[in-house]
Amino acid sequence: MSEVVVTGVGAVTPLGVGAAKLHERWAAGVCGIENGEGRCDELVVSDHFSVKEARRADRFAQLVLVAAGEALAAAGWDSELPYDATRIGAIIGTGIGGIGTIEANDRTLLEQGPKLVSPLAVPLMMGNAGAAAVSMRHGLKGPSYGVVSACAAGTHAIGSAMRAIQYGDATAVVAGGTEAALTPLSRAAFAAVDALSPSGISRPFDARRDGFVMGEGAGVLVLENGEAARARGARILAIVRGYGATSDAFHITAPPASGEGAAAAISRALEDAELTPDDLVYVNAHGTSTPINDRAETAALKTALGERAKTIPISSTKSAIGHLLGAAGAVEAVATILALRARLLPPTIGLEQPDPELDLDYIPNLARTLDLDEGRRAVAISNSFGFGGHNAVLCLEAT
Amino acid sequence: MAEPSIDQIEKVITESLVTFGADPDAISRDAELDALDVDSLDLAELSQIIEENFGVELSSNDVSEIHTVGDAIDIVAERAK
Repeated sequence: MSEVVVTGVGAVTPLGVGAAKLHERWAAGVCGIENGEGRCDELVVSDHFSVKEARRADRFAQLVLVAAGEALAAAGWDSELPYDATRIGAIIGTGIGGIGTIEANDRTLLEQGPKLVSPLAVPLMMGNAGAAAVSMRHGLKGPSYGVVSACAAGTHAIGSAMRAIQYGDATAVVAGGTEAALTPLSRAAFAAVDALSPSGISRPFDARRDGFVMGEGAGVLVLENGEAARARGARILAIVRGYGATSDAFHITAPPASGEGAAAAISRALEDAELTPDDLVYVNAHGTSTPINDRAETAALKTALGERAKTIPISSTKSAIGHLLGAAGAVEAVATILALRARLLPPTIGLEQPDPELDLDYIPNLARTLDLDEGRRAVAISNSFGFGGHNAVLCLEAT
Repeated sequence: MAEPSIDQIEKVITESLVTFGADPDAISRDAELDALDVDSLDLAELSQIIEENFGVELSSNDVSEIHTVGDAIDIVAERAK
């Protein structure tokens, strides 16, 4: 199997525009959540898009275009593509797609009638619009498509991209996830299903956790065939070691209390990486701050990692930015890579009252230096689980 | 609906093109829509705006005959009579 490496990362999150800000601010204990939501307030759309470009992209596509621009520049792709364009793909996950566009056009339909629904409605709302936008902006002519698996979409997108490179369908893939669902219908719908935090506080693994806080954003990784990347002298940030994906086949919004599907995905990712729980130095948890996820995920980690689960440091990016739904897995993969590279594990912010049932090391409130013994590699897993029972896990190694 | 003046039609079309992202300084009667980066999706939207403002329904055949800003103004003026 070809090795798949990461040569560039980009992120737009409630902690700012840029992947470095995500890592640095989260590690410093900064929380990007305000008034119960994680908005990308730092992004000034007109700094990145012409009037025409902006109105041709729903916010979920705008966010991923900005993140992709950063990732491609970091990979050294900003002036020209390193491979034949037909060998470069774009695989971008989303939970919902252009829901802001859907809502706006639905209002038009109800208030003004069908004749005034915008010709831009379909190209803006479609779930594959993020992948299409990245492909068109950068002239990527290899396989491109959207991945839809609720809150696991970003991770599935990266896993699918890894497989496309391993199989030889592409030499490189721009992969990630994006979401912009801070809209009235989306808020009401997530509240109706009792998933949102009434307190507006994201505190994963805390005894007082009462639901997730919704956020928006995007994360993008430039993935390349390792041999090709080395041949062109690319700077290699990380290696995507393994990927595991399973389904609960249990309930449309809840995992089984045992977390068995999640555990199987973790085990599968480690097998794929040809590694064992002992090789892991960090876990980036799904850690949504819902009562049920954090319990089931803790159970899953214990099942998959055994005794080692008790000693591996674990933290949740969602404590700093909220839950970015279909973008979460991609943003968290970026955060994991940067944490491993900096040898600094950001904390689970707001974890002040431990839940007696949740007894792992969740790195409460203060970042922790990652000291690696001689010969030990910087290997982590990043977990994502989505409504529908979708579980996806990446095993990442920083170089 | 009262017959609109050429100025009224020109104003609505110009404002629409600016909304679509065209450079206001580049818009004139002779300006080619291609040069203003106005494409088929913009023309579909412009057709909606024209119908909403002037009650003129443009078919896709009509739209395919519009190449300049002046073409758009003229066909609306003609049909609105």
